[in-house]
This record gives sequence, structure tokens and C-alpha cells, in this order.
Amino acid sequence: MRQDPEPCTALLRARGLVKEYKSGGGSVEAVRGVDLEVGAGEFVAIMGPSGSGKSTLLHVLGGLEPATRGEIWLRGKRADGLSPSAWAVLRRRHVGFVFQFFNLLSTMTVADNVELPALLAGATPKQARKRREELLAELGITAKADAPPSRLSGGEQQRVALARALANEPSLLLADEPTGNLDSANTNDVLRLLRRAHAGGQTILMVTHDAKVAGLADRVVNLFDGMIADDARVVPAQRLKGQRRETAIGNFLELSG
Amino acid sequence: MRQPLLALLAKEPAHGYELKLALEQTFGQAYPSPNIGQIYVTLKRLEQDGLVRSQDVEQDSRPNKKVYELTEAGRGLLAAWVTEPIDGPRVRDEFFMKLVLAPLAGLADRMELINSQRRHYFGIMRNLMDMQAGMDRATPAARLLVEGAVLHLQADLDWLERCQEELV
Ligand SMILES: Nc1ncnc2c1ncn2[C@@H]1O[C@H](COP(=O)(O)OP(=O)(O)OP(=O)(O)O)[C@@H](O)[C@H]1O
Ligand SMILES: [Mg+2]
Repeated sequence: MRQDPEPCTALLRARGLVKEYKSGGGSVEAVRGVDLEVGAGEFVAIMGPSGSGKSTLLHVLGGLEPATRGEIWLRGKRADGLSPSAWAVLRRRHVGFVFQFFNLLSTMTVADNVELPALLAGATPKQARKRREELLAELGITAKADAPPSRLSGGEQQRVALARALANEPSLLLADEPTGNLDSANTNDVLRLLRRAHAGGQTILMVTHDAKVAGLADRVVNLFDGMIADDARVVPAQRLKGQRRETAIGNFLELSG
Repeated sequence: MRQPLLALLAKEPAHGYELKLALEQTFGQAYPSPNIGQIYVTLKRLEQDGLVRSQDVEQDSRPNKKVYELTEAGRGLLAAWVTEPIDGPRVRDEFFMKLVLAPLAGLADRMELINSQRRHYFGIMRNLMDMQAGMDRATPAARLLVEGAVLHLQADLDWLERCQEELV
């Protein structure tokens, strides 16, 4: 790993990132030149239409798939050239990943799934167990601790995947649609946990279609056709003067403004 | 404000301040506390329109207070209001007019219009989420009011994304 020539305060930085998939004769550019920085403690949401490259970007940033071109810097160090096993070590220590389709280990119980990353990173069994109990309780799935993931609903598996990713208190949480399979009560549990993790300094980069997540984030990046169409801070809205909309929101703002 | 006051009076006669408290208790912080002056003005108009009538009730060492009750006409209007469906989403949307027309006249770029509208919606979502976070002990009515606003906003954002896919 080379050191960054300029001091880099961002926890994660991507420059000119490109990901091309070869398929059959042709190729698809799923990510087409992305520049992105995520500061320590920041909560950034990635949004955009289906197929715009959100999952691909997240996978490349987490080293799950190699970038075709461009640079990735994690904690001030160049990471794009790392081998898959070097990436695995880096992730184990610093990155929690929640997949869009869970990827839980089917032969282990829920409890073991959540404890495993902490154990791999060198926590004592007692520490790993304590953290697991806290997370499962916060996500309302304590009763499922001894079940295999296959006996859980999609929403429950999603929450286990989030607990597993947070078990290590990673420097960076990368999450792909962690509320995608949840009903609104369960979504609220997950949002509460995210809000608390963020307040405690957890850095989060999260792909989502759920605008509620954007309401919690510091920034929203809008991806379109593999490129960033907008990257903006979320700031509380001011009431727009002289406008009145006859919708629930309009009336609501009218009353609360 | 007229119909909610009529609805509260349909339950039992009350004076202005009691109505203010009842609104606050029902809707909580999601529905900012109505101004007492506004309530008195509305009650006066309702009385002029024959929808409520008032009685002076004497109080020791204080000016008389007016207690309002619903008239037959008020009860009729309230019943009509309650059973009538409310209008659905608008087909004429001001933002959409800007989005379609402004680029034709070279006034603005569609992507910029969508981005700035989206940023504004995210800001509103932030307000709603902050409100929701402080609602652990709010009434179900208050929580549902905010949840409704969140769902409407999500729909507006989804539609903005469709506009982006089709028009940009
Ligand atoms: N392994 C792959 N091989 C070939 N093409 C791929 C592969 N993975 C993704 N793609 C293509 O790359 C593009 C972006 O896909 P991606 O999964 O990143 O989209 P997304 O924004 O996450 O969509 P969604 O919101 O539906 O999850 C799509 O056109 C997709 O078909
Ligand atoms: Mg995806």
C-alpha cells in the first residue's frame, strides 16, 4: 500500500471509478467515472433508479469486486490494487457490509452469524456475545437467536445481516438496501438503530430507495446511468413563502411553519 | 379550522379554550397549537352562519364565558363534510409545468430543476424524521399525521425519479 501524497481527511475516497462487466461479446459500464468522498462520521445515502449502478458501486468500494479503473482510498491508504485476500483482511477489521440479498451463512445459527465477524477480528467470545445480544435486542430479533437463517422471514434476515455488519463497530458501514424487505414497523426499528449508530460516530454509506433514510442522512448522492447526477447535503427545509399546497404535506407544513 | 371545531362541538358543548386544548391533545405536536384568537374568530363566524349558538355562562370574579353548541344546521354541514370523499392528487402540478416548459424556452436545465426540487423534498423529509424521532409518547393521531406526510413525500420523490428517467 502506498501512502496518500496529500493528506486525506476522508475515510473513504473514490476517484474516476469505473466498473465494466464483460458479458458475451459486449460489455456494460455499470459505474462510469465516480468521484466520491465520505468523511469520518458521515452518513451518506446513495439513491437512484434501478440499474443505475448503486450495488455495483458499493461492491467495488468494499473490494467485493475489482474496479476496472480508478482509485479507492480507505482510511488514507490506497486500496484499489489489493488482492481479494488483502481486501478480506481490510474488511474484517474496518468494513461492515450488508448485502442486498443478505448472504447469511445458512449452516450457522443467527447468533453465530452475528458473533462470527467479531470473533474473526479478535474479540473474546464474551465480548462477541454481549455485542450480539445488544444488537439482536435492538432489532427485535432476540427470539430468533438459535434459529438458522432459513427459518427467518426476509425482513428478519435483513436485520440479522445488519446486526452482523455492525458487530465489529467497523470504521465504515456499507449497506445495500437494508430496509428493502421490511414493513414499516420493522423499518422504523432499523432506522432507529442507524440513527443511534450515526449519532455514536458510525460512518455509513448506504444504498436505498427509501426516502426516510435520506431524511436521516447528512448527504444524498443521486446515481444515474452509472454517474453521479447530484451530491447534496440534506438541510432542513424552510417553508416556502406564499405557497400553499392542498396535500397532506402542504397542509402539514403550513401548520407547522 | 371550521370543521374540526364543529366536530369537537358535536361531542359536547365547549368554550373556546377547551376546544384549543382538545385539538392539542388529539393531534399533539404534529399539528401546531392553534392560536386562541383564531379559534374565537372562527367560532364567531360559525355563529353568524347559524352553525353554532352560544350561551353566556357566569363565572365568579371573571368575565362571563361563552359556551358554544352545535345547531341543527351545523350538524347537517358536519355530516356532509364527514361523508364526502376528499379530492385526490392533483393532475396539474406546478413543478411539472416548470419541468416541461422551462427548457423549451431555454430558461433552465431539466436535471437542475429535478435536483433542486429533490433537495427541497429531502429537507422536508429531514424535518419529518426529526419530528418522528421526538414522538415516542405522541398520540396515534399525531404519529399517523406525520407518517402520512412521509408517504406522500416518498411518492413525490418516486415520481421525480420517473420524470428524470423519461425526460432527462
Ligand atoms: N455481474 C454482472 N454482470 C453483468 N452485468 C451486471 C452485473 N451486475 C450488474 N450488472 C449490470 O450493471 C448495471 C447496474 O447494476 P446494479 O446492480 O449496480 O444496479 P442497482 O442500481 O443496484 O439496481 P437496483 O436498484 O435494481 O438494485 C445493470 O445494468 C446490471 O444489469
Ligand atoms: Mg442494487
